[in-house]
Amino acid sequence: MTATIQVENLDIVGRRGKGVELPIVQNVSFSVQRGDMLALIGESGSGKTTIALSLLGHIRKGCRIAGGSVRVAGYDITTLTPHECRSMRGRVVSYVAQNAGSAFNPALSIMPQVVEAASVHRILPKRDLEARAIDLFRALALPDPETIGKRYPSELSGGQLQRLMAAMALITDPEVVVFDEPTTALDVTTQIEVLAAFKAVLAERGITGVYVTHDLAVVAQIADHAVVLKDGAIREAGTVSDILFQPEDPYSQALLAAAEPSVRPTQGVEEGEALLEVRDLVVGYGRPTAMGLPENVIVNHTSFSVPKGGMLGIIGESGCGKSTLARAISGLQPWASGDIFFNGVSLAGDVTLRTPEQRRHLQFVAQNADSVLNPTKPIGKTLERVVRFYGNARGEAVTRRVYELLDMVQLSPALATRLPSELSGGQKQRVNFARALAAGPKVVLCDEITAALDTVVAAAIRTLMTDLQRDLGLAFIFITHDLHALQSICDRVAVLYAGQAVEVGSAEALGAGIHHPYTRLLRASVPLMDSSWLERTRERGLAKALPVATCDPASTPPELCCFLARCPDRVSGLCDKEPPPTLFVPQGPRVLCHLPTSTRPEFST
Amino acid sequence: MKNSLPKLIGKRCLAAATSLVFVVVTVFAVTNILPGDATDALLGQNATPQTVAALRHGMGLDQPIFFRFWSWLWAAVHGEFGHSLLNGLSVADAIGPRLHNSLLLAGAAALIAVPASLFLGITSAIWKDTFYDRIVSIMTLGVVSVPEFVIATIAVYVFSVRLHLLPAIVDVGSVHSLGQFLYAFFMPVTTLALVSLAQMVRMTRAAMADTLSASYIEMALLKGIGPVRLILVHALPNALGPIVNAVALSLSSLLGGVVVIEVVFTYPGIAGLMVDAVSSRDVPMVQACALVFCVTYLILTTFADIVTILSLPRGRKA
Repeated sequence: MTATIQVENLDIVGRRGKGVELPIVQNVSFSVQRGDMLALIGESGSGKTTIALSLLGHIRKGCRIAGGSVRVAGYDITTLTPHECRSMRGRVVSYVAQNAGSAFNPALSIMPQVVEAASVHRILPKRDLEARAIDLFRALALPDPETIGKRYPSELSGGQLQRLMAAMALITDPEVVVFDEPTTALDVTTQIEVLAAFKAVLAERGITGVYVTHDLAVVAQIADHAVVLKDGAIREAGTVSDILFQPEDPYSQALLAAAEPSVRPTQGVEEGEALLEVRDLVVGYGRPTAMGLPENVIVNHTSFSVPKGGMLGIIGESGCGKSTLARAISGLQPWASGDIFFNGVSLAGDVTLRTPEQRRHLQFVAQNADSVLNPTKPIGKTLERVVRFYGNARGEAVTRRVYELLDMVQLSPALATRLPSELSGGQKQRVNFARALAAGPKVVLCDEITAALDTVVAAAIRTLMTDLQRDLGLAFIFITHDLHALQSICDRVAVLYAGQAVEVGSAEALGAGIHHPYTRLLRASVPLMDSSWLERTRERGLAKALPVATCDPASTPPELCCFLARCPDRVSGLCDKEPPPTLFVPQGPRVLCHLPTSTRPEFST
Repeated sequence: MKNSLPKLIGKRCLAAATSLVFVVVTVFAVTNILPGDATDALLGQNATPQTVAALRHGMGLDQPIFFRFWSWLWAAVHGEFGHSLLNGLSVADAIGPRLHNSLLLAGAAALIAVPASLFLGITSAIWKDTFYDRIVSIMTLGVVSVPEFVIATIAVYVFSVRLHLLPAIVDVGSVHSLGQFLYAFFMPVTTLALVSLAQMVRMTRAAMADTLSASYIEMALLKGIGPVRLILVHALPNALGPIVNAVALSLSSLLGGVVVIEVVFTYPGIAGLMVDAVSSRDVPMVQACALVFCVTYLILTTFADIVTILSLPRGRKA
């Protein structure tokens, strides 16, 4: 029996602008048997998306197939005419893109887009197609399957759109589905639902798949075989268990090591001597209501503190208010009530009203280094400007200080003359760090600084942070959505949900003891490198991403528990009647929960 | 903050109305600030102060400015723009046929320029960075940088003076058939269309190229959607807002072009009327003509904005 997908000696070259042609994919060969799922693993620039798109006969502008063959479900892709190619796409092979938010046409409602591929290929009459789409919506556990098709992409969440895109790919009953990082843009608690929905539907229909990802734990859940790619060439291929548990290639080993969760032992930082303290902070947008609170409250009565030289992690999913919180602390977003103290002194809400000392001591490192570094200036000049601005050096000393800063972030002084565009993503993020250090800060606020970086590079940046914490006695606030990243460097953690710090405690203790139900859901949703994890987690019933019908989050009174609608452990008569108290778990975290039966074993992780 | 569709459109119309009030006041104020009035033009330099005063009184020009503004506005609201200070004819009657002529000229130019520029803009966005795209780009750049009176003058020199193919002066009265219309209007209409075309092509191309690089277009390609459906169903609705805006802006610049073209071809349109009125200080005529231009401009831009609001569900929520 021949394989459904057979790629042999594939070479793809591409050029940027008028430059010379460079190889993007080199001599790649793999095959996928019917009903199997192959994972293409690689970091950015590894050519994994280019290979995935070539399975649909789509080569992006400026690129071309230079050699080799691609056979998918009996079609020889490289010899198809454009017309044959169109008739195959969507019907025989379909595609699920990384970012469903931008892959849906904003001008059209969902249903016509979902059934479009099937209707242009004249697979079924329109009426039957809509019925089939509704069945798919149901199979993919989408809310309101009957009416969701009438809505527009902007009205739906990322997780819902990602599942709708899977429905769009499956509507033609294709033989092969290509998934391109379909869950990377999702929150962990959403990802688990989407993965489970994909897996169930694929198994039921016996679909052959290719799954492009950089996340090894996701590979463990969904794929049978895997190919590890680097710089467009295959480094290692084999079954998923071989690659995840007995990797032979050094690069695969490095990838695995970076993905391995590590927990940093708590340092002996005493509580009490808070350097930065956030007390009962409320931040929001819109006009104040009768109660004096803003119309849309984003950060809701949040309190936590960072000791001198401490590393506090703030974790939460998209929309939980973590970036707004960071903007408030750095003085870019005025707050409605509450206080922020620095060294015991209350900080002004507007950064221009803070003293120069305060501004110097509190520095912000943004997620996207490209938006911070001037693309037309060598990085040395950018750093010089900051050094001069904070006035702690002049003349020769400025250059020396710049070299010193580059050395601190482990970059060669030779890079000072380079433009940002000549640096890699990790190097730019280091320069971004050096820019903050140039001020001589005491607290550095890092907003998702590793989110856009590859796993190995991100791990190196986090190591840099712990080095700086140790050597310079800096305190950090590390804002992230990645629990593993947080645990690998932080000593304390604040868990943010719907703008409230539902739990504040030691990062090390996250693995055990009594925790807020949301913390447990978050923990349980991070995929483990174990192929049975998804089933086990689903069975434990922790991943209830859909609100229970009787509990509408919109109509919940604001003073009640913000997690009420999704909480698997809520107690009716208590949680839906009284606001949650702040409880101090003995030898544990501070939680905002009734912890109704804190003696129950399932309240521990 | 959600805004309903009628509310958004209402807001836009209100903004247009506010602009209109501003325009009305400005037109009246500016025409009154201009040095000299119709009496100077009528009586010439040898007029004695007595005759000037008597004439001013007779024309009502000695009354306070606010009173004159009010009575002018009141009449204008009723479609009555007063009488020409020069020949006593009703301004509305004088403008009527001239406006018709101008609209004919601008309309014919738009009828050619809009479809042509949409076609050129969309096709050059589809075949971006090809030879075709470059040719269109160079030609539109070339045309946009030459003033319309140069093109018009060269056209007259070549086709009328040298080749004797087309008339240098448009005689509207002699047009009774389509053939005669084409013969008389070919040069002014083509010149006008060329000038407004260039800008529209460039804006349409930019809007379309931007939309075509979106990931939902790649997604549609990967669903096996053909090129025609891809452009019409997926790309065009998203590019519509910016395109309509560009078209409306170009059409309003067409109004400016009309002034020049009418003078070059001695065409009996509203622009020619306005130019004459300005030189003879015929204030009511100038005011009415200025108002007609401003209102046309306002209508075009408001229309473009409303289409933008309607074209995208995203726009409805903004």
